[in-house]
Amino acid sequence: MTSSPSTSGTSSSLPPARNAADQARADTLTRLGLAAEAPGTPPLMEINDLKVDFQLPDGAVPAVKGVSFTLNKGETLALVGESGSGKSVTSTAILRLLPELAEIKGAIRLRGEDLLSASTRRMRELRGNRIATVFQEPMTSLNPLHRIGRQIIEVLALHRDLKGRAARHKALELLEQVGIPEPARRIDSYPHELSGGQRQRVMIAIALACEPDLLIADEPTTALDVTVQAQILRLLKSLQQRYGMAILFITHDLSIVRHFADRVCVMRHGELLETGATHDVFESPQHAYTRMLIDAEPAGEKAPVAADAPVLLSARDVRVSFTIKRPLFGPKVAFEAVRGIDLEVRRGQTIGIVGESGSGKSTLGRALLRLLKSQGQISFDGVDIMPLDKSGMRPLRSRMQVVFQDPFGSLSPRLTVGEIISEGLRVHHPELNRAQRDARVCDALSEVSLDPGMRNRYPHEFSGGQRQRIAIARALVLKPEFLLLDEPTSALDRSVQVTVIDLLRDLQARHGLTYLFISHDLAVVRALSDHLIVMKEGEVVESGSTHAIFEAPRERYTRELMQAAFAPDLGQTHH
Amino acid sequence: MLSYTLKRLLQAIPTLLIVITLSFFLMRVAPGGPFDGERRLPPEIEQNLRAAYHLDEPLPMQYLRYLGDLVQGDLGPSFKYKDFDVSELISQGFPASLELGMWAILAALLIGVPLGVIAAIRRNSTADYVVMSTALAGIAVPNFVIAPLLALVFGVLLGWLPAGGWNGGAWQNLLLPVVALSIQQIAYIARMMRASMIEVLGSHYIRTARAKGLSEWKVILRHALRPAMLPVVSYLGPAIAGIITGSVVIEQIFGIPGIGRYFVQGALNRDYTLVMGTVVFYGALILLLNLIVDLLYSMLDPQIRYDD
Repeated sequence: MTSSPSTSGTSSSLPPARNAADQARADTLTRLGLAAEAPGTPPLMEINDLKVDFQLPDGAVPAVKGVSFTLNKGETLALVGESGSGKSVTSTAILRLLPELAEIKGAIRLRGEDLLSASTRRMRELRGNRIATVFQEPMTSLNPLHRIGRQIIEVLALHRDLKGRAARHKALELLEQVGIPEPARRIDSYPHELSGGQRQRVMIAIALACEPDLLIADEPTTALDVTVQAQILRLLKSLQQRYGMAILFITHDLSIVRHFADRVCVMRHGELLETGATHDVFESPQHAYTRMLIDAEPAGEKAPVAADAPVLLSARDVRVSFTIKRPLFGPKVAFEAVRGIDLEVRRGQTIGIVGESGSGKSTLGRALLRLLKSQGQISFDGVDIMPLDKSGMRPLRSRMQVVFQDPFGSLSPRLTVGEIISEGLRVHHPELNRAQRDARVCDALSEVSLDPGMRNRYPHEFSGGQRQRIAIARALVLKPEFLLLDEPTSALDRSVQVTVIDLLRDLQARHGLTYLFISHDLAVVRALSDHLIVMKEGEVVESGSTHAIFEAPRERYTRELMQAAFAPDLGQTHH
Repeated sequence: MLSYTLKRLLQAIPTLLIVITLSFFLMRVAPGGPFDGERRLPPEIEQNLRAAYHLDEPLPMQYLRYLGDLVQGDLGPSFKYKDFDVSELISQGFPASLELGMWAILAALLIGVPLGVIAAIRRNSTADYVVMSTALAGIAVPNFVIAPLLALVFGVLLGWLPAGGWNGGAWQNLLLPVVALSIQQIAYIARMMRASMIEVLGSHYIRTARAKGLSEWKVILRHALRPAMLPVVSYLGPAIAGIITGSVVIEQIFGIPGIGRYFVQGALNRDYTLVMGTVVFYGALILLLNLIVDLLYSMLDPQIRYDD
């Protein structure tokens, strides 16, 4: 770790003997109303002019460009920004866990102690002890080979010298506090035996084991379903009240911040654009970018199609089951992912399918296009497609296309964008010559507002939003009538999401496309679909016009989803 | 786990049958027979010998007869070592082969794993480059080249170690053959360990371990080593097979009285039953060891469970 604090002159002096420059800065902060507590009470953490450069072979890349903020005891500060804004680099710099090629300058002080000049040993004493962290990826942040009890006890042994029975007792207490059911049984579970939400609770238990002064929560709920998200946020809030720790909450999602943070820092391109009390920032954002982030909630509604519009795709009693075990003797054990679903999609319609992970929504989508084996009846444009084999399906494939969630994984890294887009043409329109294919590719790229001149580049040269446009162009080039959109915006930043949604809307209007839109994101579904299906555990919980369901959801589960997505009530604490 | 083991053992039967069938017929395709020597036997005597060993029957009959005997655990008599059954020869040779093989696999693990870990931790350092380029050389040079070179340098030129012989398995006699046999596996394992260690060190749970405040040393030993070992453990199956096939050549070069030597000499002498016996024995052994490796894997990785 290279850390060369540029303000080394101040770091040697102890907190009470602040020098003039620091005093002046603190005064400015106080005047601006940024220091929540009275002058004289030093903040818990102070970051001054933090700069992080990544030393890459072809020069230094700045990731954080002079960021300053303070965090008071017991306070929640949200660090908000989209991907590449430097928010996670800032929080990782506090722990000094950045890779070696990162050069850190400036000052980070915890209770007056300069962390950038602290010894490695001192940093180890602080990590997991005074500064604890909860990361974004609950599925992979726990060691898969260790039981969860051991992973909690490890911190207790390290920082509290707690071992044996006493450590186990404390671990049980922590699991209880973070709301793991039956802690006595669960303490000996492996991470893969727990759900994502439960794993995140275990991560929180590890973080709280030593009652830290500062909890860094780096997108702790992003990978979780909305209802679980709300539970975890509630849990963090209640534990904060109990232990009086400060939380540095890193997120790209402003809607969470509104209910969760005391103050907000908005970051973009490694710079701090705006800092202020949450209420103030939301009511009167000072910076245009903040305004844009707040307004980036997808807006608008789609008008329903005429009641007599022809049916393009219809399905009766569709079932999909997966074999999960095949014992040597006895019957195989199957899991039914989709349990008898009826569906009718009319031309020009957008049907939104919402549900949490494991609800069977993606499985249903793939089964409808016969990308998965299923039972039941499916017909496309009046043709029963269930009896068709692969070659029988092929002519229909160009009329039904798919756009997947992952704009990074679903484009082959070894093909140029032009090759990716034209591949379908080679299959379905072998009569086209090279020049004609190229012309179609250029048209498709222009349709999705990308420069056709970029068709000879490779996918890694494009941003996430651009890649999703490429994926849409790949589907569009065959001039389909029906598009299955499987979470096409979930991996994108909010501001990019809005532009992709506009694009999809625009394409639908221009070409009369029919969409089946799968998402866990209610805000996006509301903006894009005219008909809604809510799924849970392979079954339809509720369906009807999008407008009607959002106005007055009939089912309890639908209400829970909406509550969690639009107005998480963080005041209450229950698990 | 028990039902899984049973299933695997049942699956081994067709595999073994294919191995037996292939080697049975391949042996017979090779020109010459067990009684062709420097001096040609009188036709009547050869005829009698062939009849005694049922070699005068049609090939499919012989094949069925062999399978029938095999099911009863009878590998038949050796054609060359006339006083011995094949099973006697195998049990005579096995202790030496086992000792050689065990040491080779132990050396491969005890040297390969630490080398890989060091290379991964000191990635792109001189140590890394030295380990990796040596490993590459180890993979590139076959053991039948390394073995005579070792014997020449350390046995003949320097005279530090015996160039051949067994001497009851004394360490001086073991050292060169073990090195020759394990060097390729050391190289493979070191490279594999480096790659998987680098991957594990970049994973999220290692970041968690560091954020807990553990020292880098503890992070590696407690959190990274076991997951990084998993690919190596699953490679142990092929590694054992490699060492077994390698031992056939190495035993011959160093004059070690193991099964491998019988195999080579049996093949040269068209001693059909002896070759078949060693093939069946080693085939079954490799299948069994592969099963053990897979069960071991499930013990190391709680995410893999062979449920009943």
